[in-house]
Amino acid sequence: MTPNAFTVYRWELRKLRFQKRTYLGLGAAVIVPIIFVVATTLRGGQPEDVAFGRYIHSTGLSIPLVLLLFGSIWMYPLITALVAGDIFASEDHNGTLKTILTRSLERGQIFRGKLLAAGSYAIVAIVLSATVATVAGCLASGFNPLTSLSGTRVSAQTALGLVGASVLVYLIPILAIASIGLLLSTVTRNSAAAVVGTLMVSLLIQLVGILPGLEGLHPYLLSTQFNAWQGLLRDPVDWAPIVRSVWVCALYGLPALVAAYLVFLRRDVAGG
Amino acid sequence: MASSSPHGQAPVELRGLVKRYGDLTAVDNVDLTVEAGDVYGYLGPNGAGKTTSLRMMLGLIRPSAGTVRLFGKDPTLTVRALDGVAGFVEAPRFYPYLNGRRNLELLASFDGHGARDRIDAALETVELTDRAGDKVGGYSHGMRQRLGIAGALLREPRLLLLDEPATGLDPAGMRDMRRLIRRLADGGMTVLLSSHLMPEVEELCNRVAIVRSGAIVYEGQIADLKREAGSTYRLRTTDDERALAVCRAQPGIEDARIDSDSVAFSGSEDQVAELSLALVESGALIRSLVPQTASLEDLFFKLTEDEPEAVPA
Repeated sequence: MTPNAFTVYRWELRKLRFQKRTYLGLGAAVIVPIIFVVATTLRGGQPEDVAFGRYIHSTGLSIPLVLLLFGSIWMYPLITALVAGDIFASEDHNGTLKTILTRSLERGQIFRGKLLAAGSYAIVAIVLSATVATVAGCLASGFNPLTSLSGTRVSAQTALGLVGASVLVYLIPILAIASIGLLLSTVTRNSAAAVVGTLMVSLLIQLVGILPGLEGLHPYLLSTQFNAWQGLLRDPVDWAPIVRSVWVCALYGLPALVAAYLVFLRRDVAGG
Repeated sequence: MASSSPHGQAPVELRGLVKRYGDLTAVDNVDLTVEAGDVYGYLGPNGAGKTTSLRMMLGLIRPSAGTVRLFGKDPTLTVRALDGVAGFVEAPRFYPYLNGRRNLELLASFDGHGARDRIDAALETVELTDRAGDKVGGYSHGMRQRLGIAGALLREPRLLLLDEPATGLDPAGMRDMRRLIRRLADGGMTVLLSSHLMPEVEELCNRVAIVRSGAIVYEGQIADLKREAGSTYRLRTTDDERALAVCRAQPGIEDARIDSDSVAFSGSEDQVAELSLALVESGALIRSLVPQTASLEDLFFKLTEDEPEAVPA
């Protein structure tokens, strides 16, 4: 069999299964929603200043939505960066780039395999987290109808579908974050620097968002795109923020990916 | 393991190869050709640019100038140039959290072409079968070195590139490594190995390039180098006084003198052969004629060590 990018992809997934950081990220993705549900059930309070915050005791379907909002500050970007920032830098750390680049795969194939693996990890972590949040939420607060952002009642079944669709829309900026993580991973060749750097970029963009006088930039900030899914929970559905999220995230993610690709293709492998 | 190359292309052909890092020239205009069947020694002290040259041959770094061709193909353009080529630079590195066998499985998947079926044989060849289930993180330097060779063998190479394969091994490990290389070469594999040890190259290689500060200072057959280096001999005869006179009169024989109970002199192999005839004809019969330690190593040091710099006035 001739090896290709999917050969790399399969082995990257296999390697992830043998690394601690994989479980650190997935563990956080699972445990945080559970802690959130348990804490709010025991204390009985509710976050008032966040969309869907006041419905957390009336329907479990509001829990994943509240978590998407909270998680966008740093948790989901961090989980994404944990693998995306490491996936090239770990090869530098282990000195294994020379090992894999002297086989029968072109650098481009190795890049694409790793890109797929980092993206898959982020998707799995967030889908898993939202699933756990939905299940735990419904166990605590019931599988009840949800009130949309326009104030209309949405049946539980329809709301579940909307939660699923919201997670998909949420993955768009997550993949842009993953692309930035991949760029930093190839450029810094240092896992810690790339993971922290990706998180810093994400936080700095949020900081721009709260600076006075820069309101005009809001629609084009990466952090804003983490709210685009809310368009789905309006009646009628507001597609504008979702369409904007697609191209704004592409503007952040694609140049990062192209730069990472060129850096990886052209770099001298002098260490290891 | 065919030793012939397709279209008669040489396994390795370097032309005007240069690698600069800022002001430092790590590899300086290297020309080198390794023919099929050669066991080629790339010999030089540490820091002479051997590893940098090997990295360029394996396509890991780009030359600043000049060309690399492996069987006629350019490894800086495509990894296809490494078809039939295997090897490693510096110590081979693996994923420490995977065991030895799984590391080889990964490499075999990246190789394709039935490499997976060769894992057991490769582990057997380097005598790692028993430890293949252990994580590489716990391997000794010697075991990693052997796993590196096993990884190379998965590719069924016609050309093997090795970077100081015996360095850092204990004496038994060094012996085993050299035996293994000898065995692979005898099987028809072309080998290029870098080394900073003249005796290692002398033992294993038929050709040698001696590098110093990135540039080649000698290139040729080991046998020619030996001849060029000359040797000192100790001679005992039935009449040493007469033998000394014959030695002094013989062209090409130098430094003839009585040294304790024998005659010492230096000369090339061919000249010594002629001397033996002259001795017999003179009536000084040879009791023993023994070449002393080859001065190959001295020549290596002379070629690679810095000459004393002129003292500025």
